[in-house]
Amino acid sequence: MHLAYFTEQPMSAYPEEEGRKAGHTALMFSNRFYDRDAASQLYQDRITEYKLVEEVGFDGIMLNEHHNAPFCMQSKCNIFASILAAITERVKIVLLGNPLPLTENPVRLAEELAMIDLVSQGRLVSGFVRGGGTEQLAIGVNPAYNRERFEEAHDLIIKTWTEPGPWRWEGTHYQNRVVNPWALPLQRPHPRVWIPGIASRETVVWAARHRYPYVCLNTSVEDTLRVWKLYAQIAEEVGFQPGPEHRGYLLRVHCADTEEKALANARQFTWMQGEFTGLAHPVWSAPAGYNPAKQRQVLVEIAHGRRVARRDVGFEQQIENLRIIAGTPDRVVEQLRVIMEATRPGIFMIWGNDGFVTHEDSMRCIELLGREVLPAVREIAAELDLKDPFEVGAPVSEAAAQQQPSALRA
Amino acid sequence: MFIAYFTEQPDASFPQEIGDELGYTALLLPNKYFNAEAVSELYQLRLREYQRAEEVGFDGIMLNEHHNAPFCLQSKCNIFAAVLAAATDHVRIELLGNPLPISDNPVRLAEEIGMLDLISKGRIISGFVRGGGTEQISTNANPAYNRERFVESHDLIVKTWTEPGPWRWEGNHFQLRVVNPWVQPLQKPHPRIWMPGVASKETVIFAAEHRYPFVALSTTFETTKKIWALYDQTARAVGYEPGPETKGYELRVHVQDTEEKAIAAAQHYMWMQGEFTGVTHPVWHNPSGYGSPTWRRQFVEMANGRRQNVANVGKDVTIQDLMSAGNVIVGTPDQVIEGLKRVLDELRPGILNIWCNDGRVSHETGMRCIELMGQEVLPAIRQYADELGLNSPFDIDAPVSLATTPQAELQPVGA
Amino acid sequence: MAVTEALPEAPEQFVEVVGEKIHWLQSGSGDSLIVLHHEIGNPGWLPFYEQLAQRFTVTVPDFPGWGQSERPLWMRSVRDLAVELNLLFDQAGVEETVLVGLGFGGWVAAEMATMNQSRCKRLVLVGATGVQPPEGEILDQFLYAHMDYVKMGFHDNDNFRRVYGEEPATEQLMDWDVHREMTARIAWKPYLFSQTLPYLLPGLTTPTLIVWGADDRIVPRSCGERYRDALPNSRLEVIEGAGHFVEMEKPDELSRLVLDFAGA
Repeated sequence: MHLAYFTEQPMSAYPEEEGRKAGHTALMFSNRFYDRDAASQLYQDRITEYKLVEEVGFDGIMLNEHHNAPFCMQSKCNIFASILAAITERVKIVLLGNPLPLTENPVRLAEELAMIDLVSQGRLVSGFVRGGGTEQLAIGVNPAYNRERFEEAHDLIIKTWTEPGPWRWEGTHYQNRVVNPWALPLQRPHPRVWIPGIASRETVVWAARHRYPYVCLNTSVEDTLRVWKLYAQIAEEVGFQPGPEHRGYLLRVHCADTEEKALANARQFTWMQGEFTGLAHPVWSAPAGYNPAKQRQVLVEIAHGRRVARRDVGFEQQIENLRIIAGTPDRVVEQLRVIMEATRPGIFMIWGNDGFVTHEDSMRCIELLGREVLPAVREIAAELDLKDPFEVGAPVSEAAAQQQPSALRA
Repeated sequence: MFIAYFTEQPDASFPQEIGDELGYTALLLPNKYFNAEAVSELYQLRLREYQRAEEVGFDGIMLNEHHNAPFCLQSKCNIFAAVLAAATDHVRIELLGNPLPISDNPVRLAEEIGMLDLISKGRIISGFVRGGGTEQISTNANPAYNRERFVESHDLIVKTWTEPGPWRWEGNHFQLRVVNPWVQPLQKPHPRIWMPGVASKETVIFAAEHRYPFVALSTTFETTKKIWALYDQTARAVGYEPGPETKGYELRVHVQDTEEKAIAAAQHYMWMQGEFTGVTHPVWHNPSGYGSPTWRRQFVEMANGRRQNVANVGKDVTIQDLMSAGNVIVGTPDQVIEGLKRVLDELRPGILNIWCNDGRVSHETGMRCIELMGQEVLPAIRQYADELGLNSPFDIDAPVSLATTPQAELQPVGA
Repeated sequence: MAVTEALPEAPEQFVEVVGEKIHWLQSGSGDSLIVLHHEIGNPGWLPFYEQLAQRFTVTVPDFPGWGQSERPLWMRSVRDLAVELNLLFDQAGVEETVLVGLGFGGWVAAEMATMNQSRCKRLVLVGATGVQPPEGEILDQFLYAHMDYVKMGFHDNDNFRRVYGEEPATEQLMDWDVHREMTARIAWKPYLFSQTLPYLLPGLTTPTLIVWGADDRIVPRSCGERYRDALPNSRLEVIEGAGHFVEMEKPDELSRLVLDFAGA
């Protein structure tokens, strides 16, 4: 089992009343409320925490990327990935991921990722995402071509990593007449590609077709099982047997010395859901053309207030149905076992801290997770035979599997 | 005086005979010769050298960026800047710089540099360059709009850093209807912007008009003085008196315990110039529209083999020839101090970028050079610079730009 | 730019459209025929033009930004260029014409024709760029020295020498550089083709002759086949012993084809 640590890197240092006044805290929420000094300090705290994450035994650190968004300080995950390459020695740097459609030049992205893999001595896991709808507006990228750009950028990056140059790419969205970068990843055939998502059908199908692990981001157990079913169906068409190594799961988990403290801090996971609407301002998060046409009716109704978007239920209920796990190490292990038995992931992302949880409490959470929870979780994983892609030496992709001798194919 | 350490981060791990065979080692040199294991190790060594450079007392580490080019392993200087932000403590990270025209979204660049400044606790010097001609081809950026894109990208980045969002940018080359990144540099009003260059007149004028220091890259004393004259004239015309804090100079300096060792290591400076032609294949280096129209005749003559490529000194030039010009300094600490004093006398820069190691100089040799620099050369040079009144922008807290200079202080002369 | 072989002179003229000065050469008599030049520019009044001028009034404009025509700083696309030329010929009162496009000029001609079929009675595309080749690539001139690139457009180097001389003057090299810069300004990416033109071509019913040099090393013949397949009223002819610059290498053969096609 691959166990990675995650935090959104929330930037809570802005006047909350301004967010309430604006009615949103993303995209258009003025960056005049951005506190540079606090932000610099928050980065230093995260660095200290990530170092502890490695020390206490996590296998990886997961990063993501958002723009114009106080809920996430990663405006460019490759920058912080480079920081991790320098300050850690062992953990995998798991990017979930670079939003491909936002880039105008996938070859430059391939160069950046190669540098990170080289500097970190082969520790990169390179996830790719479409970027949220809001991200398209923050970056000025045409949402109507989002999926086309995602797929073309992906194909171009993989080709850049695997096919010796110079060669030429005359695509629909990208044109490079000389592709021949003098920066290629250390890992061969290329770094692992994991695809995170919140159950968008097209993305699950796409991941399965490429034999990339799909990482469910904080989905309910039922939704997660639906994703696995769809993934397995496609995998069968492609011709491979999906196992836990193709399944990732991200879950909010907070651990503290006492039950009360854990619950109080875990409440911060709802910071994004309760206090502000910005994360999912319906008009900005679903620009025309970004989503499949069959969702159009639902989305226009939501955008015009004629339908209430499906939202997460209250904190207590999320605790109740294990969407958030909080407690002392024993209690957390107990609950994680339930989740692991139900969803059987080989890749487990633990989203440890959010909102206003203090640096001290975050450190304690990491400490408890590492020293007490992880060993128990690893035992459960062994018992349930939940192996990750590294343990089973899974091919990095279907294309790579095709190139291996059949004996090596899963 | 601000003194930074620099190396091109060369990768000499590819089979050299391929370069000789092809006649170039950039752009189209097949990357099947890229040796990932060797490069990964080179990055680890460079990191240790940079950390040593900080320890021994350099004020800054200069990084640059090139694409499809073994002579420089920085395919993206912001990536290595992040590595330095994490791996160093107080040294300034001098990016010379991000090639603006090859970026299609300057706001994302502003975000990246903002993150770097925050993480490094305000240690970023954000230089901007146009990118070499070859870079335009390797990133498929239109060379005909290179300067327009440079200027517009610069304007957009500085505005992103200084004007609270959200606002809209409907430019000629860049359009963003929402500019409001939730990341801003720590340094106010924004990180210092330094402009490196060789001798492009337009760039010198741009720097002087913005009150950005101009860093002359290994130019001869004669050329450098011409650059200073143009800079000073432009500066006075917009209303400020330019001092040493506006003048940067980068030069090759290699020091060892003995002169023999130093000269042996300095031979590697010739690696790029003699051994291969790649860095300046004239057709790729000067794509049509990239250069100033006043140089068109020279460009087409070079491109079509009717004129010697000025940027390539060729195999017949020796390191001794370069040393005799005075802007490549090699030797024992005493010899190097003497040479550098002459540079300070001649050019009076407030910013000095010392390019120590190149080619196949070993890690051990490189480390020894850095140590001798720190222990013997830097203290002597700092003292001499003080005597000459050569202050850096930090020493005198110079305004970061003309835009941030109080209007009342500006007295245009001879405009 | 002067060519080495002795050529008949053609009267030149400057006209103004959208506030810009356009230079053209015009000679001959009869119906209108317009020749649109390559991206390397027009070297002068070529024998090919002279042969056409026996039957037509032949006009060869320098594209805006090429030759002696003023550079349009605003122009960003080949479609912009086609619109400006259509406006130019509106203004000149050309109601009907034969459009002959050479290489890059073929792309411009095809764009012009899709916008104004009623003026374009016959269309001739010679080694035309403008569509992405289904096989092969359009040669990227930015990787080659100006003169090497032009030589690659000839099947026989003697033909290059006949037109441009053994060692073209530096002024010629500079002209090529200016034209190359202008090409970058409007056709850098995607390089020398349109992603949308192929979807418009089926609506163009103008009789069209497509001609390719058998040894065209600059634009793959698959582009010609793509034009032929997309244009409902077209045919493709191949001329042996010619590279990309068919009109300079095989002027007699090309003019015969054009006159047979359009001159009847």
